[in-house]
Amino acid sequence: MANDTTTTRQQPAPSDSQWPLWEVFLQPPKGEAHEHAGSVHATNAEQALQNARDVYARRGEAVSIWVVRSEAITASTPEDMGPFFDPGNDKPYRHPQFYKIPRGIRV
Amino acid sequence: MSSKAVQNMPAEDPARVAEFEARIARGESIEPKDWMPERYRRQLIRMMSQHAHSEVVGMLPEGNWITRAPSLRRKMSLLAKVQDEAGHGLYIYCGTETLGVDRQQLIDQLLEGTAKYSSIFNYPTLTWADIGAIGWFVDGAAIVNQTMLAHASYGPYARAMVRICKEENFHKRQGYEIMATLAAGTPAQHAMAQDAVNRWWWPSLMMFGPSDKDSPNSAELMRWGVKKKSNDELRQRFVNLTVAQAKAIDLVLPDPDLQYDEETENWKFGPIDWDEFWRVVKGDGPCNRERLAARRAAHDDGEWVRVAAAAYAAKQREEAAA
Repeated sequence: MANDTTTTRQQPAPSDSQWPLWEVFLQPPKGEAHEHAGSVHATNAEQALQNARDVYARRGEAVSIWVVRSEAITASTPEDMGPFFDPGNDKPYRHPQFYKIPRGIRV
Repeated sequence: MSSKAVQNMPAEDPARVAEFEARIARGESIEPKDWMPERYRRQLIRMMSQHAHSEVVGMLPEGNWITRAPSLRRKMSLLAKVQDEAGHGLYIYCGTETLGVDRQQLIDQLLEGTAKYSSIFNYPTLTWADIGAIGWFVDGAAIVNQTMLAHASYGPYARAMVRICKEENFHKRQGYEIMATLAAGTPAQHAMAQDAVNRWWWPSLMMFGPSDKDSPNSAELMRWGVKKKSNDELRQRFVNLTVAQAKAIDLVLPDPDLQYDEETENWKFGPIDWDEFWRVVKGDGPCNRERLAARRAAHDDGEWVRVAAAAYAAKQREEAAA
């Protein structure tokens, strides 16, 4: 029997390999946008949804759950931080505080 | 830290380390893709995986009483609490994975007995009152620790802690309610509650870890903003919170040296038996072997579920392809 175990270990048993990773997004009940909650391992999307419900929504935290394969997400990198976001950082005229309004007037 | 561990550590670029530490000093959150010193990454993997294992092993002492809870109400609460602990373990494993380590590898380390988990779970739950004491003391101590960790410099860890802290209060209150009910019951019930307090109080104080002067990891973890308070500060906070709670339900904390200090506004407590602490950490607590055996059996017994789920997914993929 010991030999059997060794043989199966060379080709990891399906149960001991890691199932794909899915990122979980929950939508809270009051109409807010979906927000990242964490991740789960699951064999397929259906199971990922069920696992996400059991792990991240035990107290009515969500009215809707999205699961997305982690590898399907494209993210900006920390190295991008400066140049990538620069166009949004040097335009104060996009904020209401940029504009002067006479005292005592509500606009 | 051993000198061997230092030798194994790759040399870091001092400029990058300085920039990293400046970010910590500015209170910025460190995220998975950010550059971090290898030592920071390894310390977090160690600390977070031990934390996750503790949540998982923590289900065992309480699971012992699910079938014997004294009422349906208590049974429902305990089931929900134990389910939460499983969830908390998963939140933290998920956070640990963002550091580039496989969850399976962490679980293997737990099953092989090479990973540590909180020593408190190596004590037995002898009576129903122990379930009350665990909720009140053990979850109470965990809340003090995790409230601090919710401000940890590593984003995924901090966010997992926020989620956990929201749920943990129910754990503490259900425990305190159990103790209050027993303490107000018959003399035998009161005695059972007091006995549980006597056995759980000191191990609960040990949960915060060695005293600052004997805790080699603490200084580094505090410098890197993983911990914001020292073991001794957290322990003191827990004692200060608990004294009034014990008094209110007529139970006595088993420490003759417990005394209020007007000057510091702290409850001073007696010496902790650190020999016992190290004995349990090193594997010689009352239930170390039993806990691991139970965890391994649960993993092995779940094998068919994992196999079935994988087979079902494979079949669905085939059908979709056909």
